[in-house]
Amino acid sequence: MNASITIAKRELKSYFESPVAYVFLVVFLMLTGFLTFYVSSYYEVRQADLSRSFFIWHPWVYLLLVPAASMRLWAEERRAGTIELLLTMPVTMLQAIVGKFLAAWVFLLIALALTFPVVCTTAYLGAPDVGAIIGGYLGSALLAGTYLSVGMLTSATTRNQVISFVLSLVICLLLLMAGWPPVTEIFAKWAPDWLVRCVASFSFMPHFDSLQRGVLDLRDLAYYVSVMAFMLFGTHLILENRK
Amino acid sequence: MIEVKDISKRFGAIQAVDNVSFTAEQGEILGFLGPNGAGKSTTMRMITGFLAPSSGTASVCGHDILTAPVAAKRQIGYLPENAPAYAEMTATSFLQFAGELRGFGGAELNGKVEAAIERCRLEKVRNQSVGTLSKGYKQRVCFAQAVLHDPPVLIMDEPTDGLDPNQKHIVRTMIKDMAEKKTIIISTHILEEVDAVCSRAIIISDGRLVANGTPEELRSASRTHGAVEVVFKEPVAGAAGALRALSSADDVDEAGAKCTVYKGGQDGGDLFADVAKLLREKSWPMISLRTLDGRLDEVFQNLTIGDDLSRVG
Ligand SMILES: Nc1ncnc2c1ncn2[C@@H]1O[C@H](COP(=O)(O)OP(=O)(O)O)[C@@H](O)[C@H]1O
Ligand SMILES: [Mg+2]
Repeated sequence: MNASITIAKRELKSYFESPVAYVFLVVFLMLTGFLTFYVSSYYEVRQADLSRSFFIWHPWVYLLLVPAASMRLWAEERRAGTIELLLTMPVTMLQAIVGKFLAAWVFLLIALALTFPVVCTTAYLGAPDVGAIIGGYLGSALLAGTYLSVGMLTSATTRNQVISFVLSLVICLLLLMAGWPPVTEIFAKWAPDWLVRCVASFSFMPHFDSLQRGVLDLRDLAYYVSVMAFMLFGTHLILENRK
Repeated sequence: MIEVKDISKRFGAIQAVDNVSFTAEQGEILGFLGPNGAGKSTTMRMITGFLAPSSGTASVCGHDILTAPVAAKRQIGYLPENAPAYAEMTATSFLQFAGELRGFGGAELNGKVEAAIERCRLEKVRNQSVGTLSKGYKQRVCFAQAVLHDPPVLIMDEPTDGLDPNQKHIVRTMIKDMAEKKTIIISTHILEEVDAVCSRAIIISDGRLVANGTPEELRSASRTHGAVEVVFKEPVAGAAGALRALSSADDVDEAGAKCTVYKGGQDGGDLFADVAKLLREKSWPMISLRTLDGRLDEVFQNLTIGDDLSRVG
């Protein structure tokens, strides 16, 4: 565990030592702000409800930004050759993977935490449902972690960050769309109901939906945790295989 | 200390390392010689746990790299080829990171980092980010990372590659200074390095181990080993013929005023005495007469033939 934390600390520091991190944070905040206040017409709705104006955008914003944050995790180590240093240190592969995952997740959580002005605005405008806000943030944090685990896996497959970015974007998009009502409705017209529900159950979407409404269901939690575990396990497999 | 047993590595169709076995003991600096692409780095990467062998194994201080990889890695300091390091970190923070991963903390960690900085003469660049360092300094930063925890086993992949003569000298001195208490393997394709630092050398070609011995032993396989070189004051007509006619001589190379007399096959006569006797009889004016040691590059080329000769360093 100590080794993981050492690795995570270095990784997190290296995020902030490159200007990309700040660009990332600014883009993330501007994008969520823009979508919340303009596209959702937050003020006109006059409803102190964050789930339909703020959290609803997160799956889409993450789609672009999480792969950008995760693409370097392994690809860059491989390109620069530092992976050879890291993996010949007395650490296990799992410790290295967990360390990197933690660092990137904390980075995303920092970005998420910086959206607090939205909450403040809501609290100022009306009496928001605190439970729903906490649930929304929790769901968003889990969603970020899940996207991240996908990005980590694609980053382990290549030394090219761009390839990693595109691959994880595509995989996340598929997982997202599989349960997005406009898509499931199309499929429901011809596919058997059980199939649609089965495919949709692999999607991030339904699980995020209930969380952002402030409903903390253990099944949703279990879903996120198992997707993350699965992806980290896959990363482990890929890295061991490339040895 | 290091025991490599029948280790092989295959990348798809390429057999990069083919059944290599050797051992290295404490106090030894083992030179790992071979042309580019011979499989030196691949072998080192397997010993250090970065690559998994396709078959065979190795043990480091008694820890098998397959069954106890972390314990084995603890005993090793490793300088990979091209000395990779996190470019955005300063030299000091990079060494601190390495030290923390090695399990040090607090005052002990700082002590180890300071000692490594001093030993590798990095004071001048300690707060500079690694990415902006010159090749020589970068190499030393990575070297410092490898010796920080004072490991019993040190593995270095082309530690002097791309350095200028002064930097080479510094690195070799650092290596020799530590040799006594450690087991050291360095790979190189520079033959002079073997004489400069190694107590024993292994030659590897096309993934196979083709020679294993002290530099002297390897040299004795050379054609020039035991040959006698005569340098005359000026070229002497008929000298080469007379020398060739000696019973203990095999062949003579003549280059201007210099004749190299190679030892004859089986007869075991004393070539030097025979040459000296002939020269006394003829009393040709000469400048020098000496027995040759043999040349490592000759042995190297003979053993690694089949590999692209243009790549031989
Ligand atoms: N990751 C890899 N994938 C495929 N082939 C490789 C890989 N690493 C090394 N090789 C091949 O294995 C052979 C040995 O390479 P290497 O060990 O780097 O040689 P050396 O260090 O002696 O120059 C070369 O033919 C090289 O192309
Ligand atoms: Mg090499």
